[in-house]
Formats: sequence, structure tokens, C-alpha cells
Amino acid sequence: MSFSWAKSYEPKHPFMRWLDERLPLPRIVYNATGPGYPVPRNLNYAWNFGVLAGIFLTIQILTGIVLAMHYYATTDGAFNSVNQLIMRDVNAGWLLRYAHMNGASFFFIVVYIHIFRGLYYGSYKAPRELVWMLGLVIYLLMMATAFMGYVLPWGQMSYWGAQVITGFFSAFPVVGEPVRIWLLGGYAPDEAALTRFFSLHYLLPFVIAAVVILHIWALHIPGSGNPTGVDVKDERDTVPFHPFYTAKDGWFTAFFLLLYAIVVYFAPNYLGHPDNYIPANPLATPAEIVPEWYFWPFYAILRSFTFDFVLPAKLWGVLAMFASILLLFFLPWIDKSPVRSGRYRPVFKRFFWLLVIDVIVLGWAGGGAPTPFRNAIGQISAAYYFLHFLVILPLVSAFETPLPLPKSISDSVLRGEETEAAPPGSGPRRGNPAAAVVE
Amino acid sequence: MATKAGSAEVSQPAHGDGVRRRDFLNVAAVSFAGVGAVAAIAPLFVQMSPSADVLALATTEVDISKIQPGQGIKAQWRKQPVFIRNLTPKEIQEADAVPLSSLRDPQTLAERTKPGKKNWLITLGVCTHLGCVPLGISPEENRGPYGGYFCPCHGSQYDTAARIRAGPAPKNLVVPDYEFTSPTTVMIGAKGK
Repeated sequence: MSFSWAKSYEPKHPFMRWLDERLPLPRIVYNATGPGYPVPRNLNYAWNFGVLAGIFLTIQILTGIVLAMHYYATTDGAFNSVNQLIMRDVNAGWLLRYAHMNGASFFFIVVYIHIFRGLYYGSYKAPRELVWMLGLVIYLLMMATAFMGYVLPWGQMSYWGAQVITGFFSAFPVVGEPVRIWLLGGYAPDEAALTRFFSLHYLLPFVIAAVVILHIWALHIPGSGNPTGVDVKDERDTVPFHPFYTAKDGWFTAFFLLLYAIVVYFAPNYLGHPDNYIPANPLATPAEIVPEWYFWPFYAILRSFTFDFVLPAKLWGVLAMFASILLLFFLPWIDKSPVRSGRYRPVFKRFFWLLVIDVIVLGWAGGGAPTPFRNAIGQISAAYYFLHFLVILPLVSAFETPLPLPKSISDSVLRGEETEAAPPGSGPRRGNPAAAVVE
Repeated sequence: MATKAGSAEVSQPAHGDGVRRRDFLNVAAVSFAGVGAVAAIAPLFVQMSPSADVLALATTEVDISKIQPGQGIKAQWRKQPVFIRNLTPKEIQEADAVPLSSLRDPQTLAERTKPGKKNWLITLGVCTHLGCVPLGISPEENRGPYGGYFCPCHGSQYDTAARIRAGPAPKNLVVPDYEFTSPTTVMIGAKGK
């Protein structure tokens, strides 16, 4: 499972030896996040976001369990239990609620950075395809969980969000409408829908936690990737996870939680929509329905089909939205370039940043009222999103000439030291990639 | 298959067709357990369908005597809004003047109303795109360029017969089952003439 030079667990205390022979749980922890897990020594800060995602999952589960103790999952009681009971009456309820509400946003921020790090450094390539795919499963589960959680306060945005999102299913011919009615347990979101959403919103985070374990397990078979994309060759390329990365993850988590605390304490409603402080009214749609910010790019893709072409526009929108994520499952086979890291792929690198801009533009297009101008921008950027994955990426990986790769991780890291140690003018020049391939 | 005794005989193929008595028993036992498992899952599926109390709200009686031509009301049926609109002769004329070939979901106003009650346009107030409530049931609201309904969510525009004319919605606003129980009352949800 790990490299031959990984430290092995040797319990010293008799009790730990006794335990290890019966239930080797400390051994598993030691080999996963302790000195027994060698990690490439050159990880940059982009690699901190996996641990951070785990931290936010934990925050969400802990605050969520406590909030559920004060929440009423009834259409009469839900709005008041959140906005009266929890926000005003329960001791520290406001803090727990704001922490949970913004924790969801921060979980998505962290996960989006984590996903884009994987896209840039080719983390989805062999032998880590399953790590990538399990990550996408987690992401889909997160989206389902976040959607159902947003319905629970039973405000206007909750209600109409539920109406619109379950409406996706009615786009499918014949079976669509019966499926929608079955999912809602009625003809429109009501008591039955609210209680089942609450039940599933409580369940899914634990399913996520289980898939996280699979995700980490699959990752630890080949070991962590690194910014050069070059495989680990010997002991000089790695450092033990503990204390090196526990320390780095530790301070960075503290730093990131500071940003989180600033939002929770000083701008708790900045990321939300004010209409969700109006109780749900099934007879009046709010002037504009927008989902939470982390769904805006997908909402833009959904809205970008405004004309019928063989199939109805509505079905195209729904299919395109699902396809935009399902597409990513095939990424390891779409991008055939043997070079993992974008650092050594000059053409890929440029298109990567174009994709980042494209997704941000999609978010802008999905986050506002559908004016003709916004729709047109949304359509162009939605088309580019698919163009990137279906045309540009296969072509780039076929025709691009990558830069020379470093011989090894330690070589790429120590290059600077060698230059500094050498007499002036005699050593290889600092930062010259050619120096890395010279024997 | 008169087996006397002994496990040695059981492992022999009976009658040379390759199927042993034990194979049959295995398949039968596992199949039976499978049928049982499916039957056990059934309640987990049906519990999600609308329950009797939800279905009990399947009909609603509405008094329409107070609705003047050009006005409309919003009623509630199955927790969904229903638009009941008394069309003016001008609105009826506009709807009838539209050639069917130009429609996305071709239907005449006569097909969408009851015989002799062409002025009573009764539809669900649920946009066929993603389920928002369109504006336009009261005359002060934005009725869109076709004078019927306008959905604020994604900009679908309906005409005076509540037929889709522009925007992302695929179908006309749905006409529910209803019947006139008297000249001034309608029973929505009732399968009548």
C-alpha cells in the first residue's frame, strides 16, 4: 500500500500492543495520516484543500446535528423554528445557524479549489482515476445535500427552489411527471416533501463521510500526487505526513477558519438571498428565483437552451446541466496526455485558465435575472464549457509539446540549492528547465 | 432420483443433463429469497407516493359568480394555484385569430374551454417550464406581450388562451379536469363533461 521506506507502526505501551493485536485502529491512523504515510515533499498550498474539505464536512455534521435538535420539520413550524426559535431563543442558536449556513458555502469554496487543483495538476490521471471519480460522487452528494438543506427553512427561496429543481424531472417524457409527484409525495412541495428532505439531509452527510473514506483509501494506494506530476522515486522525494503536513495543514486550517469566522460574524447573510426570510407562499413566485451561489454555473447551463431542437428546450437544459458534471467522470480518458502537471503543459495551462474564467462568467450568468444580454453571455459560456472538454482538451493532449520534466521530485526541489552551492558561473542556471534534464 | 444415501451420489450429475438436485434447490431458495426481498422493498417505494390525505384534496369547488369579464381569480387545488379567468370578447377574438400552425403546442381556445363557456379559461397557474407561478391573473400584473400570462422566472409568455407563445416553456398552461356544477360554480378536479 505504501512505499517501502514508510515508517511502520510499533506500539510501545503494552496497552497499545494489546490493542494492535486485536483491533489495529491506531495502526490504520498511523499509516494514513501519521509518520507511516510518506508524502511528496514539494506539495504547495493547493494541496491543503483536501484536509480543509474534511474539516468543513465535520463542522457541517456537528452544527447540523445540534440544529436538528431545535428544528421542526413541518410546513407550519419550519420557518419559525429557524427564524424565531433558533435565531432568537436558543442559546447561541444564531451562531450555530450562521455557522451551518455559511459552512455550506465555505465547504463548496474549498471543494471548488480542490477540484480545480485536480484539473490543473492532472490529478485525475492514471493511477488516480478512481480517486477523481469518487471525488465527483462526493461532489454530487454535496449538491443534493445542500439543495435539500436549503429547503428546510421553508422560506420563499426554499419553496421555489424545491419547485424548480424537482421540476427538472418533469422534463423527461412520459415518466417525468409521475416521478416528480413520487419524489415530492404530492403535486407541489408540501409537508411530505419537507419531512423527507429533512430525513435525507440528515442522512447524506454520513454517506459523504463514507465515500470520503473510499476517496482517501483509493488515494493512498498510489500515494498523493504533487505539483510536478512526476512519480515518487525514492525516499528523498518524500517526507512523513506527520509532523510535516499535519503542521502545514494545521496552520492553514487555522488561517482559513479565520476567513470563515469573519463571514460568520460580520457578513452572515452576504452569501444568501434575502427572500428566504419571507415564509414560503405556494401562490406567489418571488420576482427572481436564483439558487445558492455554488449552483449558479449549472443554473446558467440549464437556462441556456431557449429554443426547441428535436427535443424540447426544457429537456435539453436539464440534460446539458447533468451532462456538464457527468462529463467529468470521463476526464481521465478525454485528456490522454501522459504529462500530468499543467506546469509542464504550456498550451493546456492557457486553456485551463480560460476554463476558470468561463466558469466564473457562467456563475455570473446564472446568478441574475434572465435578461437577453445575460442569456446570450450564458449561452456562449455554456457552449465554451462543453467545447473545452469535448474538443479543446482532446486536441491539446494530442498535439501539444510538453516542456521537459524534472528527473525527480527532489531534483526539482533541490535545483536551486545546487545552483547556490556552486561557484558563480559554473553551475546550471537557476530556473532553467533544461538543467533538469541534463544527466 | 432415488438417492439411497451419501454425499458422493449428490455430486454426481443426475440423468446426465448436468443439473443436480442441489443446483435446483439453490436456485429455488435464492430466487424465493429474492422475491421476498423485492416484496420487502415495495413499501419503501410506495411510502413516497402521495398519501390519501393529499389525494383527498383532489377536488375544490369555486364560486365564480363575482368574476367580471377581464378579471380573474387564483384558487388553490392540490396545493397548486389555479387561474380562473373571465375573458373579454376582445381577448377571445385575439385567441381565435391565431393560426394553429404558429403555435408550439397547437390547441384552440374552444378545445381549452367547455362548450358554450368559451369566456371561462381555467388553467393551472404553474408554468410548464419549471413550475413558477406566472403573473397576469390580476389585470395590474405584467401579462407579457401576448396579453395572457408572463412567467417572471425564465420569461415564458402565454397568450389569452394561456398557450405558450415565447420563452423556454414547452407546453400550454395545463387545463385541469373540472365541471360546472351550476352556472356560477366550478368543481376543479372533477372528471365531468
